[in-house]
Amino acid sequence: MSDLSDLYQEVILDHNRRPRNFHALPDASHTAEGYNPLCGDRLTLYLKLTGNVISDVAFEGAGCAISKASASMMTDAVKGHTVAEAGDLFERFHRMVTTPPDRPVEDMGKLSSLAGVREFPVRVKCASLAWHTLKAAMTQTPKVSTE
Amino acid sequence: MIAGTAPAVFDLQRVRADFPILSRTVNGRPLRYLDNAATTQKPRAVLDAIASYYTGINANVHRGVHELSQQATGAHEAARERVRAYFNAASVREVIFTRNATEGINLVAYTFARARLKPGDEAIISAMEHHSNIVPWQLACEATGAHLRVAPIDDRGELILEEFDRLLTPRTRIASITHMSNALGTVTPVREIVRLAHAKGVPVLIDASQAAYHMRVDVKAIDSDFLVATGHKLYGPTGIGVLYGKEAHLQDMPPFMGGGDMISSVTFERSTWNVLPYKFEAGTPDIAGAIGLHAALDYIEATGLEAIAAHERDLLTYGTGLLQAIDGVRVIGTARDKASILSFVMEGVHPHDIGTIVDREGVAIRTGHHCAQPVMERFGIPGTARASLAMYNTREELDALGRALQKVREVFA
Repeated sequence: MSDLSDLYQEVILDHNRRPRNFHALPDASHTAEGYNPLCGDRLTLYLKLTGNVISDVAFEGAGCAISKASASMMTDAVKGHTVAEAGDLFERFHRMVTTPPDRPVEDMGKLSSLAGVREFPVRVKCASLAWHTLKAAMTQTPKVSTE
Repeated sequence: MIAGTAPAVFDLQRVRADFPILSRTVNGRPLRYLDNAATTQKPRAVLDAIASYYTGINANVHRGVHELSQQATGAHEAARERVRAYFNAASVREVIFTRNATEGINLVAYTFARARLKPGDEAIISAMEHHSNIVPWQLACEATGAHLRVAPIDDRGELILEEFDRLLTPRTRIASITHMSNALGTVTPVREIVRLAHAKGVPVLIDASQAAYHMRVDVKAIDSDFLVATGHKLYGPTGIGVLYGKEAHLQDMPPFMGGGDMISSVTFERSTWNVLPYKFEAGTPDIAGAIGLHAALDYIEATGLEAIAAHERDLLTYGTGLLQAIDGVRVIGTARDKASILSFVMEGVHPHDIGTIVDREGVAIRTGHHCAQPVMERFGIPGTARASLAMYNTREELDALGRALQKVREVFA
């Protein structure tokens, strides 16, 4: 049995309490809506692309601690990176949260705090919602759903 | 209730012993099952009835002359009579077996309402319906050019009867209202709802999915035109539901689905329909499901529906007090007439996080919108955590929920 503190690590609780980049972005060049119908998590992701670089990124919405913290950490992680780099991060993050809990995963720094969701299968979608929404924004798919 | 048979004294420990699943553990802790509004657990009598049907009788119904088929038919029709008696319908011709309550609502929406709804006509539901009592009416209105009207609820989660009455117009063709809200616990004044609608000549469907296992649901007293319920919330198996309809309506309605069992004769030129209730039961029915439901209703009556209701009332009062004593917890749904549902939010904590943390303590609750998104919107919240009660729950289980919620407080301190 996994411990609750694996899921609700201090860094996650901190990002839930004080989400970073948590606001609208009036001069966004790309936006996308993410929605998890299972629990009602909803977020809007704003991207400002300068050439191929994510020069600014922000989000708004309501969701559980996992989805909010994941969105917050994601915005920190991709800001200043190229679209291709963010796409690579998406793949690595996705691999990390979907690897069975008994198998080793890559160290992704702060993002690794979310690897705990692997012990709580129904919560994987909470952690990945923001990332799917980011991918949609970068490819300009207007709406995504994790269902 | 059957005259002359006083129900046995309600013995909680004996009731609990009748439900095998209650002795299992979850995450190393005893199971505290508080998600009964989603589905109830099954007493051994139901499990045994299903097993002995498949072990000793299994055959198809209504066709074979052989002994097993006759026994299967007899058991299936005995179940129908059991359902008739439980809901006090006038005749077994008024009792249609469906898969679930949703199918019953769809049956009425397709075969009764769509024929009556013309462009500009109206159908009425309430603001606290489950999605299953919203979407079929949206589809019916979309297909016919009719409008869906929604009777509002107040801040307690009670239906505003005057507003419902005001929505009844000469264009109203049907009203479909819940007997008890799955998200709020509100019990609606169904007799008054039906009386108001009938005064304007409007037929009514009552969704008794939640009410039917908490209180006496008497279709003659309610006088609704239709009523639906589902077996798996009545301590019976999944896959079996009930549609009650007044015989005159059912006679006039065309079949819902075509196939075997619902016809009296078939040629390639035309087919003629079987008599009620079989006209609405195409194909091989869920025979074991009906037999399981029979055993479940027997079990409820033997335990005593009134005694069950009294026990659940005690738990609801106890649980409400317990929740209100926890810092930052707000109960959603405070109707004066309310049953068995404790829906709540906790300041600063999303319901989904509450659900995960209390699950670690072996406490099973539902979190989210409970298939009633408009209700959540009405209260301006993304969802709630919901503990819902059944006959086998205990004060100790609610205490466990309280302790688990203290843990939530600690994690999110």
